[in-house]
Amino acid sequence: MSVLLSVIYLIATVTFVVGLNKLGHPETAKKGNLIAAFGMGLAIVGTIFIHDLNVPTVIYILIGIAIVIGSIIGWLIAVKVEMTKMPELVSLFNGFGGASATLIGLVEFSKNVESIMQATTIVSGIIIGAITFSGSLIAWGKLNGSLKSVVKIPQYNIVNNLFFIGILVLATYMIATGGYNPILLYGLLAGGLVYGILFVLPIGGADMPVVISLLNSLTGIAAAITGILYDNMVMLVGGILVGSAGIILTVAMCKAMNRTLGSVIFGSFTANNDVSGSNKTLGTIKNTTASDAAIMMNYASNVIIVPGYGLAVAQAQHVIHELEEILTDKGVNVKYAIHPVAGRMPGHMNVLLAESNVDYSILVEMDDINPQFNNADVVLVVGANDVVNPAAHNDPSSPIYGMPILDVENAKHIVVNKRSMNAGYAGIENELFYNSKTSMLFGDAKAALTELVGELKNM
Amino acid sequence: MNQLIEFIRDNIQITYILILAIFVGVEVIKSIPAVLHTPLMSGANALSGVVIVGAILVMLHSNPNDYIALTLGFLAVVLGILNVVGGFAVTHRMLQMFKKKK
Repeated sequence: MSVLLSVIYLIATVTFVVGLNKLGHPETAKKGNLIAAFGMGLAIVGTIFIHDLNVPTVIYILIGIAIVIGSIIGWLIAVKVEMTKMPELVSLFNGFGGASATLIGLVEFSKNVESIMQATTIVSGIIIGAITFSGSLIAWGKLNGSLKSVVKIPQYNIVNNLFFIGILVLATYMIATGGYNPILLYGLLAGGLVYGILFVLPIGGADMPVVISLLNSLTGIAAAITGILYDNMVMLVGGILVGSAGIILTVAMCKAMNRTLGSVIFGSFTANNDVSGSNKTLGTIKNTTASDAAIMMNYASNVIIVPGYGLAVAQAQHVIHELEEILTDKGVNVKYAIHPVAGRMPGHMNVLLAESNVDYSILVEMDDINPQFNNADVVLVVGANDVVNPAAHNDPSSPIYGMPILDVENAKHIVVNKRSMNAGYAGIENELFYNSKTSMLFGDAKAALTELVGELKNM
Repeated sequence: MNQLIEFIRDNIQITYILILAIFVGVEVIKSIPAVLHTPLMSGANALSGVVIVGAILVMLHSNPNDYIALTLGFLAVVLGILNVVGGFAVTHRMLQMFKKKK
């Protein structure tokens, strides 16, 4: 490898570290992203043009066409996507990265396998890439609603683990025997793809943030493995950075849900009504109207808004900002309480509310907002359920027992906007809705909030 | 086992880099506010598109008559660059929305 290319890779690697670091601070995040993108561009251009191979022009043309096609599609998707669709988009892009790693492995395995170590890197690249690809596509389907139900496979853990062991056995056999056998190779590919599906399919929507983050991390690892194969530092370090960053995020999210990674992967939340509802009558719910809720908020001095996935589904991020502005103009102190796993992606609510220009200094994280619920006159819960379910505190039999929640029940009044009385993703009843301080404002979040805004304007 | 020892001996530098990079990754991400989790994830996702470098290498090393390798390599480049461009672009779009009101 020429010195120039090595230096370019070194620069690119440094931009990745610096960029990722800057991405972690709100003031520098934008710059960080651009720095990393610049480094990536440098590495790509360097790889294409700096080498001592005798490459026919037709191959350059093909590479050029591939880059143009991929860039245009990627760009168009990125520019057009709605902010509410961000989780599925990240998932989709991530799947493409995994697919790319797998394809590289397929070609390399058919070409030149010189040592057992090389075979190991190629084979693991294929498996991890394939799992990420099909897993990400399933996650994408689940998030955009085309795969609705939580699929229950009988003896799921056993089937899944046996399947995985089968893949490992096949991989070991291929590494040990060496040589190119297309049937085994494509068998391995199919195995990885099926395992990715089995892996994600039974995981519930509420656990999706964890899964996306984990899959993201896996793509990084696949890239790093490919880097080892080519003895290529920029791929190795870039991939490892993504891999370890992804693991950290995954663990942080599991902590926010008070679950272990194992329980997310192996035991999806079960809608086990006879355990959690436990035959007790929860009381009656109290309906309210937009005008009553508007009056309550109009005369409040502190209002806290708790957004959830329902806000994203209804695309109500702009109207909720409007509501917040009207209340602020009337002298009400408004804040948003952001649960770390509200929505379907970590920080999902932050992105949505940022889209509608909400000042991020009034988006308050769980630990900081919880002591403030005591002073809140009205809490408006929009499309959130499990993250405000008191069962997490006081019902040891509940599947979400122990999960840190937003303590909205400490507020003086609670208004809950929901489409219906259906349970949340965890499939459990929420006694908050039956609390005497709670009134329910049923309806689509956008419609209900628009009505609320209208009422407030007339006051 | 012998293979492993041999691998480590031959690749001691890469092993160092691998382990140090893990620590860098962990340290860099450790204290990120929840506000930035989504952009961070999408930015990291764009970075994992670095596999495109491998995809380009596949194509550069391909024999122009090896249609299978070329097709797979071509697809790998398309998907890799899609991940890179789309990932960075969408992260940029997201970050542009984060602003403090005066």
